[in-house]
Amino acid sequence: MESANELLTILPLIIIGAAGLFVMMLDAFTGSARLAYLATILFSAAALAVAVSDLFGPMGESFHGLITYGGTSSFGMVLVMTGTLFSVILSRDYLEKTGMHIAEVYSMILFAAFGMLLLVSSNNLVTLFLGIETMSISLYVLAGLVKNHKKSVEAALKYFLLGAFATGFLLYGIALLYGASGSTFLVDIAATEDKGMIYWAGVGLLLVGFFFKISAVPFHMWTPDVYQGAPTTITAFMATASKAAAFVAFILVLSRALPDARADWSDVIWLFALLTMVVGNILALVQDNVKRMLAYSSIAHAGYIMIGLAAGTDAAYSAVLFYLFAYTLMNIGAFGIVAYYEWHKGYDFTEVSNYSGLGFKQPIMGVLMSVFLFSMVGIPPFAGFIGKYRVFAAAVDEGLISLVIVGVLASAASVYYYLRVLVHLFMKESENGIVLSRPGTLYTASLLILAALTIFFGINPGVLTDLLGSFWTVQY
Amino acid sequence: METYIFILFATLAVAAAVGMITSRNTVNSALFLVLNLISVAGIFLLLKAQFLAVIQVLVYGGAIMVLFLFVIMLLNLSDEEQMLSKFSVRYAVGFFLGVIVLSQLLYVIASVTGTLPRIHPEMEAVGTVETIGDALFNIYMLPVLVTAILLTAAVVGALLLAQRNISGKVNK
Repeated sequence: MESANELLTILPLIIIGAAGLFVMMLDAFTGSARLAYLATILFSAAALAVAVSDLFGPMGESFHGLITYGGTSSFGMVLVMTGTLFSVILSRDYLEKTGMHIAEVYSMILFAAFGMLLLVSSNNLVTLFLGIETMSISLYVLAGLVKNHKKSVEAALKYFLLGAFATGFLLYGIALLYGASGSTFLVDIAATEDKGMIYWAGVGLLLVGFFFKISAVPFHMWTPDVYQGAPTTITAFMATASKAAAFVAFILVLSRALPDARADWSDVIWLFALLTMVVGNILALVQDNVKRMLAYSSIAHAGYIMIGLAAGTDAAYSAVLFYLFAYTLMNIGAFGIVAYYEWHKGYDFTEVSNYSGLGFKQPIMGVLMSVFLFSMVGIPPFAGFIGKYRVFAAAVDEGLISLVIVGVLASAASVYYYLRVLVHLFMKESENGIVLSRPGTLYTASLLILAALTIFFGINPGVLTDLLGSFWTVQY
Repeated sequence: METYIFILFATLAVAAAVGMITSRNTVNSALFLVLNLISVAGIFLLLKAQFLAVIQVLVYGGAIMVLFLFVIMLLNLSDEEQMLSKFSVRYAVGFFLGVIVLSQLLYVIASVTGTLPRIHPEMEAVGTVETIGDALFNIYMLPVLVTAILLTAAVVGALLLAQRNISGKVNK
């Protein structure tokens, strides 16, 4: 039986699971979206606090080795809970303005977060699969929230069909790996000696499943449609928390289950990283819709992160974790501001041409947007720069120079589409006489916190990088 | 002999799966799915996983498929004539189902009388209810509990999507 100590190792998971059920019941008995919102924020903040304190705690395994805690997993939990907390805060204003503020949204967000937390702490392919499923099923529903909006329904259906298909790949990979190694525990898979066809087929299918979840090219087709169709703050949630969780789980699998096969999968990831960066950036160049542009940019970012995975050293993994943190901060921020513009009726504020002159109407939002976009480009002193720099540096150490050159060129090309938004915001005259409403205090405050964190970790990355580096000194 | 039976079941499962996605008639599709599920149950039996096989037939072949058929019959009554014209297909499916059920019955009888060849002593122990229960409620207790949350999330999500008028709830 599990002792209380074992339960403490997954405390954030328990908090969020209980919160999901609590908010669900709260909705059933009171039907008040406001109460659900407050409860969600409280529970998410509590889980985030616990996860942050776990960062400095011990590392190990619990629940018969099904769960890994501390270190990378705790950092994954911090990433997920940061994404969840800020998405929830931003969601309220956006959903209220678009007439979609219902309590079920929050319980679905919490259930999705529960799946992500399980995903980042799984040490076994069974828990990993359950985590992915819980996360995905909740996200399918969230994507289709706006039922009277064709794009949203399309997004949900596409996400569901392709997601179910990818889940099939993942599950088949897990089954074959189980057949080859006789176990679903990551450490036992690493110890497989007989690496026959079954083993490699399993590894390949597992990689396909993960590539879909992190939307690597050519498994990216769902991303732009889903990100465009889903409500914007939900898109922020999907783009940050779920992607960060998938990447952390990917790192766990690569570093624990397949360390011996690194030479083989490294080449595979090398190729997919290259494709992802090039295709993501090129397609982002031609987008006129800001949400679509951000979707392709998130594909491009997945490509940069995969450079770190291809390098596959401890330094590269910790660089990837830092990148994921920076990515979470700046993406939620950018989507949050798009959501703010979008709730003004009358014009389609996801089209970049309608952004003309908006930067001066609400200067604070314009400035914040610049911070997030500059960070995405990778310009110092923002966190995005440090993330990119560290991932590229770790890859150069491993001799992946050609890949890094492509990465640098691709991120140079990305300047165009990020700055295009800023050019419209600040350098074009406004054509429509739209009056922007003031964003709520909490809304502005949370965006300010995100921007402040982006700048803080850009100037002072040592605080985090030292901590992340220490995770990998412990060998499993 | 076992290899032959496995091949029979495997071919049947794949053919039924292909038939399910290619057939235009929804009822035929559903019946092909039944055939597929039952062939998989047969493969489970070959692996000496009796419990899984029974559950597969009861839950998937039985309960879930009846639900499917009910939904199809309630929703889609327009191509009834087409259904009737494909009587031969339905007979074929029924024949196959009969064969499967018969083979299961024979299997049970044969295993009671001890005329079946043994697969592997270890495999025998794996398929029993005790072993599965032991694994599920000992080592895999946490995943079982997590499944509860997964199913709750799915139910809440399904209700959320199926609600006819979502905006009626707003501004409460």
